[in-house]
Amino acid sequence: MESVGIAKKTWAFLPVGFFSRSIGKKLVVAVTGVVLLGFVTGHMVGNLQVFIGQEAINRYAAFLQGLGELLWLIRAFMAATLILHVWFAIQLKLENWAARPKRYEHNATVQATLSSRTMIWTGLLIGAFAAYHLLHFTFMSLHPEYKTLEDHLGQHDVYSMVILGFKNPAISIFYIIMMFTLAYHLSHSVQSMFQTLGLNNDQYDGGLRRLALAVAGILFVGYTAIPAAALLDILKLPAGVK
Amino acid sequence: MMNLKLKVWRQKNAQDKGKIVDYNAKNVSPDMSFLEMLDIVNEELILKGQEPIVFDHDCREGICGMCSQTINGIPHGPERGTTVCQLHMRHFKDGDTIFIEPWRARAFPVMKDLIVDRSALDKIIQAGGFVSVDTGGCPDANSLPIAKDDAEDAMDAAACIGCGACVAACKNASAMLFVSAKVGHFAKLPQGKIERERRVQAMVKAMDDAGFGNCTNYYECEAVCPKEISVRFIALMNREYLRTINHLGRKKGAGGF
Ligand code: HEM
Ligand code: SF4
Ligand code: FES
Repeated sequence: MESVGIAKKTWAFLPVGFFSRSIGKKLVVAVTGVVLLGFVTGHMVGNLQVFIGQEAINRYAAFLQGLGELLWLIRAFMAATLILHVWFAIQLKLENWAARPKRYEHNATVQATLSSRTMIWTGLLIGAFAAYHLLHFTFMSLHPEYKTLEDHLGQHDVYSMVILGFKNPAISIFYIIMMFTLAYHLSHSVQSMFQTLGLNNDQYDGGLRRLALAVAGILFVGYTAIPAAALLDILKLPAGVK
Repeated sequence: MMNLKLKVWRQKNAQDKGKIVDYNAKNVSPDMSFLEMLDIVNEELILKGQEPIVFDHDCREGICGMCSQTINGIPHGPERGTTVCQLHMRHFKDGDTIFIEPWRARAFPVMKDLIVDRSALDKIIQAGGFVSVDTGGCPDANSLPIAKDDAEDAMDAAACIGCGACVAACKNASAMLFVSAKVGHFAKLPQGKIERERRVQAMVKAMDDAGFGNCTNYYECEAVCPKEISVRFIALMNREYLRTINHLGRKKGAGGF
Protein backbone atom coordinates (compact mmCIF):
# COMPACT_ATOMS: atom_id res chain seq x y z
CA MET A 1 0.00 0.00 0.00
CA GLU A 2 1.28 3.39 -0.94
CA SER A 3 -0.37 4.88 2.12
CA VAL A 4 0.77 5.35 5.68
CA GLY A 5 2.99 2.35 6.29
CA ILE A 6 3.72 2.12 9.97
CA ALA A 7 7.49 2.42 9.48
CA LYS A 8 7.28 5.46 7.23
CA LYS A 9 9.06 8.40 8.86
CA THR A 10 7.24 11.06 6.86
CA TRP A 11 3.91 9.97 8.23
CA ALA A 12 1.98 12.76 9.91
CA PHE A 13 -1.55 13.99 9.87
CA LEU A 14 -3.49 17.20 10.04
CA PRO A 15 -6.74 17.65 11.95
CA VAL A 16 -8.45 17.21 8.59
CA GLY A 17 -7.05 13.69 8.44
CA PHE A 18 -8.09 13.00 12.01
CA PHE A 19 -11.70 13.96 11.36
CA SER A 20 -11.92 12.35 7.93
CA ARG A 21 -11.41 8.81 9.26
CA SER A 22 -14.37 6.74 10.41
CA ILE A 23 -13.55 7.07 14.11
CA GLY A 24 -12.89 10.81 13.77
CA LYS A 25 -16.30 11.36 12.17
CA LYS A 26 -17.95 9.28 14.87
CA LEU A 27 -16.25 11.45 17.47
CA VAL A 28 -17.77 14.57 15.91
CA VAL A 29 -21.25 13.00 16.13
CA ALA A 30 -20.63 12.00 19.74
CA VAL A 31 -19.22 15.33 20.92
CA THR A 32 -21.95 17.36 19.20
CA GLY A 33 -24.44 14.82 20.59
CA VAL A 34 -23.20 15.56 24.12
CA VAL A 35 -23.69 19.30 23.52
CA LEU A 36 -27.20 18.71 22.13
CA LEU A 37 -28.00 16.49 25.10
CA GLY A 38 -26.87 19.29 27.41
CA PHE A 39 -29.11 21.69 25.54
CA VAL A 40 -32.24 19.53 25.63
CA THR A 41 -31.70 18.92 29.36
CA GLY A 42 -31.29 22.63 30.14
CA HIS A 43 -34.22 23.53 27.91
CA MET A 44 -36.45 21.06 29.73
CA VAL A 45 -35.49 22.38 33.17
CA GLY A 46 -36.15 25.93 31.98
CA ASN A 47 -39.53 24.99 30.53
CA LEU A 48 -40.66 23.21 33.68
CA GLN A 49 -40.86 26.64 35.30
CA VAL A 50 -44.38 26.91 33.82
CA PHE A 51 -45.40 24.76 36.78
CA ILE A 52 -44.07 27.42 39.19
CA GLY A 53 -46.38 29.92 37.56
CA GLN A 54 -46.91 32.61 34.98
CA GLU A 55 -44.49 35.07 36.54
CA ALA A 56 -41.61 32.61 36.85
CA ILE A 57 -41.66 31.39 33.25
CA ASN A 58 -42.24 34.87 31.84
CA ARG A 59 -39.36 36.27 33.88
CA TYR A 60 -37.14 33.43 32.64
CA ALA A 61 -38.14 34.16 29.04
CA ALA A 62 -37.51 37.87 29.51
CA PHE A 63 -34.12 37.06 31.01
CA LEU A 64 -33.19 35.02 27.93
CA GLN A 65 -34.40 37.79 25.60
CA GLY A 66 -32.42 40.28 27.71
CA LEU A 67 -29.21 38.49 26.83
CA GLY A 68 -29.37 40.29 23.50
CA GLU A 69 -26.31 39.58 21.35
CA LEU A 70 -25.25 36.81 23.70
CA LEU A 71 -28.53 35.00 22.98
CA TRP A 72 -27.77 35.11 19.29
CA LEU A 73 -24.27 33.83 19.95
CA ILE A 74 -25.72 30.88 21.85
CA ARG A 75 -28.25 30.27 19.07
CA ALA A 76 -25.51 30.34 16.45
CA PHE A 77 -23.45 27.90 18.49
CA MET A 78 -26.39 25.51 18.88
CA ALA A 79 -27.24 25.75 15.18
CA ALA A 80 -23.65 24.99 14.23
CA THR A 81 -23.59 22.04 16.62
CA LEU A 82 -26.80 20.61 15.19
CA ILE A 83 -25.61 21.11 11.61
CA LEU A 84 -22.32 19.32 12.34
CA HIS A 85 -24.18 16.48 14.09
CA VAL A 86 -26.60 16.00 11.22
CA TRP A 87 -23.97 16.47 8.51
CA PHE A 88 -21.60 13.85 9.90
CA ALA A 89 -24.42 11.49 10.87
CA ILE A 90 -25.78 11.52 7.31
CA GLN A 91 -22.32 11.11 5.81
CA LEU A 92 -21.61 8.09 8.03
CA LYS A 93 -24.98 6.58 7.18
CA LEU A 94 -24.44 6.93 3.42
CA GLU A 95 -21.03 5.26 3.75
CA ASN A 96 -22.59 2.49 5.80
CA TRP A 97 -25.23 1.78 3.18
CA ALA A 98 -22.55 1.72 0.50
CA ALA A 99 -20.47 -0.76 2.53
CA ARG A 100 -23.06 -3.49 1.96
CA PRO A 101 -24.27 -3.19 -1.64
CA LYS A 102 -25.73 -6.71 -1.68
CA ARG A 103 -27.95 -7.55 1.27
CA TYR A 104 -28.65 -11.01 2.66
CA GLU A 105 -31.59 -12.92 1.21
CA HIS A 106 -32.34 -13.99 4.76
CA ASN A 107 -31.75 -11.16 7.21
CA ALA A 108 -31.41 -11.62 10.96
CA THR A 109 -30.64 -9.49 13.98
CA VAL A 110 -29.18 -11.05 17.10
CA GLN A 111 -28.93 -8.26 19.65
CA ALA A 112 -28.98 -4.83 17.98
CA THR A 113 -31.86 -2.80 19.44
CA LEU A 114 -34.56 -1.28 17.26
CA SER A 115 -33.55 2.16 18.53
CA SER A 116 -29.98 1.62 17.33
CA ARG A 117 -31.24 0.60 13.90
CA THR A 118 -33.50 3.61 13.43
CA MET A 119 -31.14 6.38 14.56
CA ILE A 120 -31.07 8.15 11.22
CA TRP A 121 -34.88 8.23 11.01
CA THR A 122 -35.49 9.31 14.61
CA GLY A 123 -32.73 11.89 14.12
CA LEU A 124 -34.22 13.32 10.92
CA LEU A 125 -37.65 13.49 12.57
CA ILE A 126 -36.23 15.44 15.51
CA GLY A 127 -34.47 17.78 13.09
CA ALA A 128 -37.71 18.48 11.22
CA PHE A 129 -39.55 18.92 14.51
CA ALA A 130 -36.91 21.39 15.75
CA ALA A 131 -37.52 23.55 12.68
CA TYR A 132 -41.30 23.46 13.25
CA HIS A 133 -40.89 24.18 16.97
CA LEU A 134 -38.76 27.28 16.29
CA LEU A 135 -41.42 28.65 13.91
CA HIS A 136 -44.15 27.76 16.40
CA PHE A 137 -42.91 29.16 19.74
CA THR A 138 -39.56 30.92 19.20
CA PHE A 139 -40.13 33.07 16.13
CA MET A 140 -43.93 32.65 16.22
CA SER A 141 -44.10 32.89 12.43
CA LEU A 142 -46.90 30.32 12.42
CA HIS A 143 -48.89 32.24 15.05
CA PRO A 144 -48.14 35.98 14.80
CA GLU A 145 -50.94 36.58 17.33
CA TYR A 146 -48.68 35.06 20.07
CA LYS A 147 -46.38 38.08 19.71
CA THR A 148 -48.85 40.50 21.28
CA LEU A 149 -49.56 38.47 24.43
CA GLU A 150 -48.42 40.41 27.49
CA ASP A 151 -48.65 39.83 31.24
CA HIS A 152 -49.41 42.56 33.84
CA LEU A 153 -45.69 43.42 34.05
CA GLY A 154 -45.62 44.15 30.34
CA GLN A 155 -43.46 41.07 29.64
CA HIS A 156 -44.11 38.75 26.72
CA ASP A 157 -46.63 36.26 28.10
CA VAL A 158 -44.89 33.00 27.27
CA TYR A 159 -47.02 31.22 29.86
CA SER A 160 -50.28 31.92 28.04
CA MET A 161 -48.70 31.29 24.66
CA VAL A 162 -47.60 27.78 25.67
CA ILE A 163 -50.99 26.90 27.17
CA LEU A 164 -52.88 28.33 24.20
CA GLY A 165 -50.67 26.33 21.88
CA PHE A 166 -51.10 23.09 23.78
CA LYS A 167 -54.88 23.46 24.25
CA ASN A 168 -55.01 22.21 20.68
CA PRO A 169 -54.98 18.41 21.07
CA ALA A 170 -53.50 17.83 17.61
CA ILE A 171 -50.50 20.00 18.46
CA SER A 172 -50.07 18.51 21.93
CA ILE A 173 -50.19 14.96 20.66
CA PHE A 174 -47.76 15.83 17.90
CA TYR A 175 -45.34 17.27 20.47
CA ILE A 176 -45.69 14.21 22.68
CA ILE A 177 -44.96 11.87 19.78
CA MET A 178 -41.92 13.92 18.86
CA MET A 179 -40.66 13.80 22.45
CA PHE A 180 -40.98 10.04 22.34
CA THR A 181 -38.90 10.10 19.15
CA LEU A 182 -36.23 12.16 20.91
CA ALA A 183 -36.24 9.80 23.89
CA TYR A 184 -35.95 6.84 21.53
CA HIS A 185 -32.96 8.46 19.79
CA LEU A 186 -31.36 9.02 23.19
CA SER A 187 -32.04 5.53 24.52
CA HIS A 188 -29.38 4.35 22.07
CA SER A 189 -27.20 7.43 21.83
CA VAL A 190 -26.54 8.01 25.52
CA GLN A 191 -24.84 4.64 25.84
CA SER A 192 -23.41 4.82 22.35
CA MET A 193 -21.65 8.12 22.98
CA PHE A 194 -19.73 6.66 25.94
CA GLN A 195 -18.56 3.80 23.73
CA THR A 196 -17.60 6.19 20.91
CA LEU A 197 -15.67 8.41 23.32
CA GLY A 198 -13.87 5.35 24.63
CA LEU A 199 -15.49 5.58 28.06
CA ASN A 200 -16.75 2.02 28.28
CA ASN A 201 -15.43 -1.13 29.88
CA ASP A 202 -16.79 -4.38 31.28
CA GLN A 203 -17.73 -2.80 34.59
CA TYR A 204 -19.58 0.16 33.11
CA ASP A 205 -21.49 -1.49 30.32
CA GLY A 206 -24.65 -2.60 32.10
CA GLY A 207 -24.80 0.70 33.97
CA LEU A 208 -24.54 2.69 30.75
CA ARG A 209 -27.53 0.90 29.24
CA ARG A 210 -29.59 1.72 32.32
CA LEU A 211 -28.31 5.29 32.36
CA ALA A 212 -29.41 5.74 28.73
CA LEU A 213 -32.90 4.47 29.51
CA ALA A 214 -33.10 6.69 32.60
CA VAL A 215 -31.98 9.82 30.72
CA ALA A 216 -34.42 9.10 27.90
CA GLY A 217 -37.22 8.46 30.40
CA ILE A 218 -36.60 11.60 32.45
CA LEU A 219 -36.48 13.80 29.35
CA PHE A 220 -39.65 12.25 27.96
CA VAL A 221 -41.60 12.72 31.19
CA GLY A 222 -40.22 16.22 31.78
CA TYR A 223 -41.05 17.49 28.33
CA THR A 224 -44.38 15.69 27.98
CA ALA A 225 -45.63 17.01 31.32
CA ILE A 226 -46.25 20.44 29.80
CA PRO A 227 -48.52 19.59 26.84
CA ALA A 228 -50.19 16.88 28.95
CA ALA A 229 -50.91 19.33 31.77
CA ALA A 230 -52.32 21.88 29.33
CA LEU A 231 -54.56 19.29 27.70
CA LEU A 232 -55.81 18.00 31.06
CA ASP A 233 -56.50 21.54 32.24
CA ILE A 234 -53.96 21.28 35.06
CA LEU A 235 -52.23 24.31 33.57
CA LYS A 236 -54.95 26.97 33.22
CA LEU A 237 -55.00 30.12 31.16
CA PRO A 238 -54.88 33.31 33.24
CA ALA A 239 -58.16 35.21 33.45
CA GLY A 240 -58.82 37.32 30.40
CA VAL A 241 -56.63 35.39 27.94
CA LYS A 242 -58.46 33.53 25.19
CA MET B 1 -31.65 -38.81 11.02
CA MET B 2 -33.22 -35.69 9.57
CA ASN B 3 -34.00 -34.17 6.22
CA LEU B 4 -33.37 -30.50 5.56
CA LYS B 5 -34.15 -27.99 2.82
CA LEU B 6 -31.12 -25.91 1.92
CA LYS B 7 -31.25 -22.59 0.11
CA VAL B 8 -27.67 -22.01 -0.96
CA TRP B 9 -26.07 -19.02 -2.69
CA ARG B 10 -24.53 -20.24 -5.96
CA GLN B 11 -22.32 -17.93 -8.01
CA LYS B 12 -19.95 -19.11 -10.78
CA ASN B 13 -17.34 -16.40 -10.34
CA ALA B 14 -16.82 -12.82 -9.19
CA GLN B 15 -18.62 -11.47 -12.28
CA ASP B 16 -21.64 -13.78 -12.14
CA LYS B 17 -24.82 -12.34 -10.62
CA GLY B 18 -25.48 -15.42 -8.53
CA LYS B 19 -28.71 -16.79 -7.09
CA ILE B 20 -30.21 -18.95 -4.36
CA VAL B 21 -30.53 -22.61 -5.36
CA ASP B 22 -32.61 -25.19 -3.45
CA TYR B 23 -31.13 -28.52 -2.30
CA ASN B 24 -32.38 -31.34 -0.13
CA ALA B 25 -30.02 -32.69 2.51
CA LYS B 26 -31.15 -36.22 3.27
CA ASN B 27 -30.25 -38.54 6.14
CA VAL B 28 -28.39 -35.93 8.13
CA SER B 29 -27.11 -37.20 11.48
CA PRO B 30 -27.32 -34.82 14.45
CA ASP B 31 -23.69 -35.67 15.23
CA MET B 32 -22.45 -34.21 11.96
CA SER B 33 -20.90 -30.79 11.80
CA PHE B 34 -22.44 -28.29 9.43
CA LEU B 35 -19.56 -28.72 7.00
CA GLU B 36 -19.90 -32.51 7.08
CA MET B 37 -23.54 -32.07 6.18
CA LEU B 38 -22.46 -29.99 3.17
CA ASP B 39 -19.85 -32.65 2.29
CA ILE B 40 -22.66 -35.20 1.99
CA VAL B 41 -24.71 -32.88 -0.21
CA ASN B 42 -21.62 -32.27 -2.37
CA GLU B 43 -20.87 -35.96 -2.76
CA GLU B 44 -24.37 -36.46 -4.08
CA LEU B 45 -23.95 -33.50 -6.46
CA ILE B 46 -20.68 -34.94 -7.76
CA LEU B 47 -22.31 -38.32 -8.34
CA LYS B 48 -25.01 -36.57 -10.34
CA GLY B 49 -22.31 -34.82 -12.37
CA GLN B 50 -23.11 -31.38 -10.97
CA GLU B 51 -20.79 -28.70 -9.58
CA PRO B 52 -20.35 -29.10 -5.83
CA ILE B 53 -21.03 -26.15 -3.51
CA VAL B 54 -17.75 -24.36 -2.97
CA PHE B 55 -16.93 -23.15 0.54
CA ASP B 56 -13.86 -22.15 2.53
CA HIS B 57 -12.62 -24.40 5.33
CA ASP B 58 -9.34 -25.72 6.68
CA CYS B 59 -8.80 -26.82 10.28
CA ARG B 60 -12.39 -27.79 11.01
CA GLU B 61 -11.65 -27.35 14.68
CA GLY B 62 -12.53 -23.69 15.17
CA ILE B 63 -9.05 -22.18 15.14
CA CYS B 64 -8.06 -21.18 11.63
CA GLY B 65 -10.82 -18.76 10.73
CA MET B 66 -11.31 -20.06 7.18
CA CYS B 67 -14.92 -21.25 7.35
CA SER B 68 -17.29 -18.43 6.56
CA GLN B 69 -20.99 -19.00 6.00
CA THR B 70 -23.98 -16.93 6.95
CA ILE B 71 -26.65 -19.33 8.15
CA ASN B 72 -30.20 -18.01 8.28
CA GLY B 73 -28.77 -14.50 8.35
CA ILE B 74 -26.32 -15.15 11.18
CA PRO B 75 -22.61 -15.51 10.40
CA HIS B 76 -21.35 -18.88 11.73
CA GLY B 77 -24.96 -19.83 12.53
CA PRO B 78 -27.16 -19.70 15.60
CA GLU B 79 -24.75 -20.96 18.29
CA ARG B 80 -22.79 -18.33 20.24
CA GLY B 81 -19.02 -18.57 20.26
CA THR B 82 -18.96 -21.21 17.52
CA THR B 83 -17.47 -21.38 14.02
CA VAL B 84 -19.45 -23.09 11.23
CA CYS B 85 -17.08 -26.03 11.31
CA GLN B 86 -17.87 -26.53 15.00
CA LEU B 87 -21.60 -26.05 14.58
CA HIS B 88 -23.38 -29.37 14.96
CA MET B 89 -26.54 -30.48 13.20
CA ARG B 90 -28.23 -31.26 16.51
CA HIS B 91 -29.03 -27.53 16.66
CA PHE B 92 -31.41 -27.99 13.72
CA LYS B 93 -34.71 -29.84 13.44
CA ASP B 94 -36.00 -32.28 10.87
CA GLY B 95 -37.68 -30.38 8.05
CA ASP B 96 -35.89 -27.06 8.74
CA THR B 97 -35.19 -24.68 5.88
CA ILE B 98 -31.67 -23.27 6.06
CA PHE B 99 -30.36 -20.30 4.10
CA ILE B 100 -26.61 -20.49 3.45
CA GLU B 101 -25.00 -17.33 2.10
CA PRO B 102 -21.49 -15.90 1.83
CA TRP B 103 -20.21 -13.01 3.99
CA ARG B 104 -21.74 -9.85 2.54
CA ALA B 105 -19.65 -6.69 2.42
CA ARG B 106 -18.30 -4.44 -0.32
CA ALA B 107 -14.80 -5.12 1.06
CA PHE B 108 -15.33 -8.90 0.74
CA PRO B 109 -16.18 -9.61 -2.92
CA VAL B 110 -17.69 -13.04 -3.57
CA MET B 111 -15.27 -15.17 -5.60
CA LYS B 112 -17.42 -18.29 -6.01
CA ASP B 113 -20.48 -19.63 -4.19
CA LEU B 114 -19.74 -19.18 -0.48
CA ILE B 115 -16.12 -18.07 -0.85
CA VAL B 116 -15.27 -14.40 -0.42
CA ASP B 117 -11.97 -12.59 -0.78
CA ARG B 118 -10.95 -11.49 2.71
CA SER B 119 -7.59 -9.96 1.77
CA ALA B 120 -8.88 -6.57 2.94
CA LEU B 121 -8.22 -7.89 6.47
CA ASP B 122 -4.64 -8.76 5.48
CA LYS B 123 -4.15 -5.20 4.22
CA ILE B 124 -5.20 -3.88 7.62
CA ILE B 125 -2.68 -6.18 9.32
CA GLN B 126 0.02 -5.09 6.88
CA ALA B 127 -0.70 -1.47 7.77
CA GLY B 128 0.05 -1.90 11.45
CA GLY B 129 -0.67 -5.30 12.93
CA PHE B 130 2.94 -5.93 14.00
CA VAL B 131 5.79 -4.52 16.10
CA SER B 132 8.82 -3.09 14.31
CA VAL B 133 11.34 -4.07 16.99
CA ASP B 134 13.30 -7.29 17.03
CA THR B 135 11.77 -9.17 19.93
CA GLY B 136 14.58 -11.70 20.00
CA GLY B 137 14.26 -15.21 21.36
CA CYS B 138 11.85 -16.36 23.97
CA PRO B 139 12.57 -14.26 27.10
CA ASP B 140 12.67 -15.58 30.66
CA ALA B 141 9.29 -15.58 32.32
CA ASN B 142 8.67 -12.29 34.12
CA SER B 143 11.80 -10.63 32.74
CA LEU B 144 9.37 -8.19 31.12
CA PRO B 145 6.85 -7.09 33.73
CA ILE B 146 3.26 -7.11 32.43
CA ALA B 147 0.35 -6.59 34.77
CA LYS B 148 -1.87 -9.65 35.07
CA ASP B 149 -4.97 -7.77 33.85
CA ASP B 150 -3.11 -6.43 30.81
CA ALA B 151 -1.81 -9.88 29.95
CA GLU B 152 -5.34 -11.28 30.22
CA ASP B 153 -6.81 -8.52 28.04
CA ALA B 154 -4.09 -8.96 25.44
CA MET B 155 -4.78 -12.71 25.36
CA ASP B 156 -8.52 -12.12 24.99
CA ALA B 157 -7.85 -9.87 22.01
CA ALA B 158 -5.29 -12.24 20.54
CA ALA B 159 -7.97 -14.95 20.36
CA CYS B 160 -9.32 -13.34 17.16
CA ILE B 161 -8.91 -15.77 14.26
CA GLY B 162 -9.54 -13.17 11.55
CA CYS B 163 -12.61 -14.92 10.18
CA GLY B 164 -14.48 -11.72 9.30
CA ALA B 165 -17.81 -12.77 10.82
CA CYS B 166 -17.93 -9.47 12.67
CA VAL B 167 -17.96 -7.65 9.31
CA ALA B 168 -20.55 -10.04 7.90
CA ALA B 169 -22.86 -9.54 10.88
CA CYS B 170 -22.49 -5.77 11.18
CA LYS B 171 -25.35 -3.92 9.51
CA ASN B 172 -22.75 -1.35 8.44
CA ALA B 173 -20.25 -4.02 7.30
CA SER B 174 -17.78 -2.44 9.71
CA ALA B 175 -14.52 -4.18 10.62
CA MET B 176 -14.16 -2.40 13.95
CA LEU B 177 -14.23 -5.54 16.11
CA PHE B 178 -11.46 -7.21 14.12
CA VAL B 179 -9.30 -4.07 14.02
CA SER B 180 -9.93 -3.30 17.68
CA ALA B 181 -8.84 -6.82 18.64
CA LYS B 182 -5.52 -6.24 16.87
CA VAL B 183 -5.07 -2.70 18.19
CA GLY B 184 -6.11 -3.80 21.69
CA HIS B 185 -3.77 -6.78 21.69
CA PHE B 186 -0.74 -4.58 20.98
CA ALA B 187 -1.81 -1.59 23.07
CA LYS B 188 -1.83 -3.74 26.20
CA LEU B 189 1.72 -5.04 25.80
CA PRO B 190 5.01 -3.15 26.31
CA GLN B 191 6.33 -4.22 22.90
CA GLY B 192 3.27 -2.76 21.20
CA LYS B 193 2.95 0.46 23.17
CA ILE B 194 5.91 2.13 21.43
CA GLU B 195 4.12 2.45 18.08
CA ARG B 196 0.57 2.69 19.35
CA GLU B 197 -0.30 6.09 17.83
CA ARG B 198 1.04 5.23 14.40
CA ARG B 199 -0.53 1.80 14.54
CA VAL B 200 -4.07 2.91 15.25
CA GLN B 201 -3.87 5.65 12.64
CA ALA B 202 -2.49 3.36 9.96
CA MET B 203 -4.88 0.50 10.68
CA VAL B 204 -7.94 2.74 10.80
CA LYS B 205 -6.91 4.33 7.51
CA ALA B 206 -6.43 0.91 5.90
CA MET B 207 -9.82 -0.16 7.25
CA ASP B 208 -11.56 2.90 5.80
CA ASP B 209 -9.71 2.63 2.48
CA ALA B 210 -10.83 -0.99 2.07
CA GLY B 211 -14.46 0.16 2.03
CA PHE B 212 -15.68 -1.17 5.37
CA GLY B 213 -18.51 0.78 7.00
CA ASN B 214 -18.45 2.81 10.22
CA CYS B 215 -19.31 1.40 13.62
CA THR B 216 -22.60 2.62 15.10
CA ASN B 217 -22.47 0.39 18.18
CA TYR B 218 -25.06 -2.18 17.13
CA TYR B 219 -22.94 -4.90 18.80
CA GLU B 220 -23.99 -7.57 16.29
CA CYS B 221 -20.26 -8.32 15.82
CA GLU B 222 -19.81 -9.39 19.43
CA ALA B 223 -22.89 -11.62 19.19
CA VAL B 224 -21.49 -13.68 16.30
CA CYS B 225 -17.77 -13.63 17.04
CA PRO B 226 -16.67 -17.26 17.45
CA LYS B 227 -13.99 -16.09 19.88
CA GLU B 228 -16.44 -13.83 21.75
CA ILE B 229 -14.22 -10.75 21.41
CA SER B 230 -15.90 -8.02 23.46
CA VAL B 231 -17.02 -4.70 22.00
CA ARG B 232 -15.12 -3.15 24.91
CA PHE B 233 -12.09 -3.50 22.62
CA ILE B 234 -13.83 -1.08 20.25
CA ALA B 235 -14.05 1.43 23.12
CA LEU B 236 -10.37 0.79 23.74
CA MET B 237 -9.56 1.42 20.08
CA ASN B 238 -11.58 4.65 20.17
CA ARG B 239 -9.43 5.69 23.16
CA GLU B 240 -6.28 4.76 21.27
CA TYR B 241 -7.45 6.85 18.32
CA LEU B 242 -8.39 9.76 20.57
CA ARG B 243 -4.97 9.91 22.16
CA THR B 244 -3.35 10.51 18.76
CA ILE B 245 -4.94 13.94 19.03
CA ASN B 246 -1.80 14.86 21.01
CA HIS B 247 0.04 14.76 17.74
CA LEU B 248 -2.27 17.01 15.78
CA GLY B 249 -0.45 19.72 13.90
CA ARG B 250 3.00 18.14 14.20
CA LYS B 251 5.17 18.62 11.17
CA LYS B 252 5.74 15.65 8.92
CA GLY B 253 8.60 13.54 10.18
CA ALA B 254 8.90 15.55 13.38
CA GLY B 255 8.61 14.24 16.88
CA GLY B 256 7.78 10.64 17.47
CA PHE B 257 6.42 10.05 14.01
C1 HEM C 1 -31.72 17.56 20.04
C2 HEM C 1 -31.43 16.73 19.13
C3 HEM C 1 -30.43 15.61 19.21
C4 HEM C 1 -29.76 15.07 20.26
C5 HEM C 1 -29.83 15.45 21.73
C6 HEM C 1 -28.91 14.01 19.73
C7 HEM C 1 -28.04 13.24 20.47
C8 HEM C 1 -27.23 12.27 19.95
C9 HEM C 1 -26.22 11.56 20.67
C10 HEM C 1 -25.83 11.79 22.13
C11 HEM C 1 -25.67 10.65 19.81
C12 HEM C 1 -24.62 9.60 20.15
C13 HEM C 1 -23.33 9.78 19.42
C14 HEM C 1 -22.49 8.56 19.32
O1 HEM C 1 -22.74 7.54 19.91
O2 HEM C 1 -21.52 8.61 18.60
C15 HEM C 1 -26.34 10.76 18.57
C16 HEM C 1 -26.09 10.00 17.46
C17 HEM C 1 -26.71 10.16 16.25
N1 HEM C 1 -27.62 11.14 15.91
FE1 HEM C 1 -28.38 12.51 17.15
N2 HEM C 1 -29.12 13.92 18.38
C18 HEM C 1 -30.02 14.89 18.04
C19 HEM C 1 -30.47 15.17 16.80
C20 HEM C 1 -30.20 14.44 15.67
C21 HEM C 1 -30.67 14.77 14.37
C22 HEM C 1 -31.50 15.98 13.98
C23 HEM C 1 -30.22 13.79 13.55
C24 HEM C 1 -30.54 13.77 12.07
C25 HEM C 1 -29.93 13.15 11.20
C26 HEM C 1 -29.47 12.84 14.33
C27 HEM C 1 -28.88 11.68 13.89
C28 HEM C 1 -28.03 10.92 14.61
C29 HEM C 1 -27.38 9.73 14.11
C30 HEM C 1 -27.58 9.10 12.75
C31 HEM C 1 -26.53 9.28 15.12
C32 HEM C 1 -25.57 8.12 15.04
C33 HEM C 1 -26.14 6.98 15.72
C34 HEM C 1 -25.26 5.84 15.78
O3 HEM C 1 -24.05 5.96 16.01
O4 HEM C 1 -25.83 4.75 15.61
N3 HEM C 1 -29.47 13.27 15.63
N4 HEM C 1 -27.28 11.76 18.66
S1 SF4 D 1 -13.20 -10.34 15.95
FE1 SF4 D 1 -14.24 -12.34 16.05
S2 SF4 D 1 -15.65 -12.31 14.30
FE2 SF4 D 1 -14.16 -10.68 13.95
S3 SF4 D 1 -12.53 -11.60 12.72
FE3 SF4 D 1 -11.89 -11.83 14.87
S4 SF4 D 1 -12.67 -13.85 15.48
FE4 SF4 D 1 -13.75 -13.33 13.58
S1 FES E 1 -12.45 -24.44 9.36
FE1 FES E 1 -10.92 -23.55 10.69
S2 FES E 1 -12.16 -22.36 11.98
FE2 FES E 1 -13.67 -23.39 10.80
